[in-house]
Amino acid sequence: MKPLSCPAAGPPPRLPVSRLRAADTWPLALLGLVSRPARAALSAVGVALGIATMVAVLGVSGSSRAQLVAQIDALGTNLLTVAPGQSFGGQDVTLPPSAPAMVARIGPVIGASAIGDVNAQVYRNDRISAANTNAITVYSADTGLLRTLQGQLARGSFLNAATARYPAVVLGTDAAAALGVDRTGVLLWLGHRWFGVIGIMRRLPLAPELDRTALIGYPVAQRLLHATAAPVQIYVRANPASIAAVAAVLPATADPAAPQNVSVDDPITALTARADASVAFRELFLALGAVALLVGGVGIANVMVIAVLERRAEIGLRRALGARRLHVAVQFACEATLLAGCGGVAGAVLGGFATAVYAAARHWDAVVPVPVLLAAAGIALLVGAVAGLYPSLRAARLVPAEALRLG
Amino acid sequence: MSALELVGVSKEHPGPVAALRSVTVTVRTGEFTAIVGPSGSGKSTMLAIAGTLERPTTGSVRVAGLVVDGLPDRALAGVRASRIGFVFQQFFLVPTLTALDNVATGLLYRGVPAAQRRRAAADALAEVGLSGRAGHRPAELSGGECQRVAIARALAGRPAIILADEPTGSLDSAASAGILGLLAELNRGGATILVVTHNPEIAGAASRVIRLRDGRIEHDSEAA
Repeated sequence: MKPLSCPAAGPPPRLPVSRLRAADTWPLALLGLVSRPARAALSAVGVALGIATMVAVLGVSGSSRAQLVAQIDALGTNLLTVAPGQSFGGQDVTLPPSAPAMVARIGPVIGASAIGDVNAQVYRNDRISAANTNAITVYSADTGLLRTLQGQLARGSFLNAATARYPAVVLGTDAAAALGVDRTGVLLWLGHRWFGVIGIMRRLPLAPELDRTALIGYPVAQRLLHATAAPVQIYVRANPASIAAVAAVLPATADPAAPQNVSVDDPITALTARADASVAFRELFLALGAVALLVGGVGIANVMVIAVLERRAEIGLRRALGARRLHVAVQFACEATLLAGCGGVAGAVLGGFATAVYAAARHWDAVVPVPVLLAAAGIALLVGAVAGLYPSLRAARLVPAEALRLG
Repeated sequence: MSALELVGVSKEHPGPVAALRSVTVTVRTGEFTAIVGPSGSGKSTMLAIAGTLERPTTGSVRVAGLVVDGLPDRALAGVRASRIGFVFQQFFLVPTLTALDNVATGLLYRGVPAAQRRRAAADALAEVGLSGRAGHRPAELSGGECQRVAIARALAGRPAIILADEPTGSLDSAASAGILGLLAELNRGGATILVVTHNPEIAGAASRVIRLRDGRIEHDSEAA
């Protein structure tokens, strides 16, 4: 029998092309899923749980970290203290009067406030025995001290440019209690003069040494009590990211002539606690989430393999309608990816919700970073694409006539 | 001009079992051909080979003037998408799609935009008399209507030939008569139809009947 052949003359006829538009690919995949909504939902659950676990772990640990950071920040990771140390010979030294201003000029320093020695005692009135000091120390203070320490007032106001020049005093919590002062306007006998109480501070967690002090302004201390301008302690607030750099330059800045005499309290201990707290157990839970995700991916692959078997007729029909192997493979791969993507989105929402509930129960601010959510969606899509690879190749390999016959 | 040519086509399955033995048939454009024969005679295999769903072991196939022997899968898919319309006994409609969208699926692999597909689908539905049922899903249609939708899907791309495999096999006699009338009407309108059937009424209505037995052409009404 003579086989058919193209005519010898003229160009060969152009082969017809089978083409599936990109715009039709995802609706086609969606159609496959909505045809079996219950199965699609159940098979997406695995991925959703995996993603939810990972998002919740990262969200909870992120929220916990944020909370911890706030607490540690309150305890002073970005607070440094500068004090005169001891000279090489063991003698007490003083900081130069210019030290606070110099320190404040360091770039990342947010605020610097100093206190200075005042050679005076404070009493409830002028009838109290001189020996009965209640162990209250009188310091001169910068008007910005309370702000630098992030402290709060229980009563009245802190020293300002005006009150710092007059006999006005602000008491620490313990000092006020010891003196029996619970309101402003009371007069105290301080350095053999009457000083009016203008404010009572709440406890200062960052500087508990100031809870039993009476603070007066620099100008009035110098004018009336002959205090020196040399600070005994400088409180420095700096940008947390630059804390180590600031700590390194503080001695030379505070006392350029004798930096070795300057003592800087560094927050390394607190920083270490922060780093430790941020990683504890997170890896373990992330690994558990990854396992759940893997199981979810295997579940999707399994469901898709079954779908290929069940939908042989549909595959055969699509091939009869002109679908190429590639089109069939793409359809099933997209279905698997979409399935996992839906699971991923559901998981991200679930994980975010779990984070919010957990954080709310602990009175934290919920923190779910957007990159985590995007990464979760990306991972889910990747899991789906990998899970769909084998089933889609199986679908593509079906012989159309056989698929129609068996379907 | 021939819509379909099979020359010396044989198909052997592992065994070896010969499903077709050196079959030569030419279906001219505009013909309404019925292939009949007992079960296992090779009718469906012949239809699958004619529709490029299966490759013959030996022999040549030409569809609408194009020799398809040895063409790669993607080219064969192109031939099916643009030149062949299929109708099956089980309809193979997508249950979640409306009749209109099911018909539009017939043009999905031609790279035609959705709006254009739906327009062509509406025309095809009108041709099979189901314009009023365009928005219904298969579950809301009778068997005969489902098969009309399937025929419209095959028609939508204006193929060179419609291959129908037992199109009345799942229908009662009234619905079968309706489908038969539709096929005859489409043929009168110019459609080339090759139908595999056990239904003697379809065979009676066809302009040409080819009887297969044991993979061979036992009788061809045209040759007679």
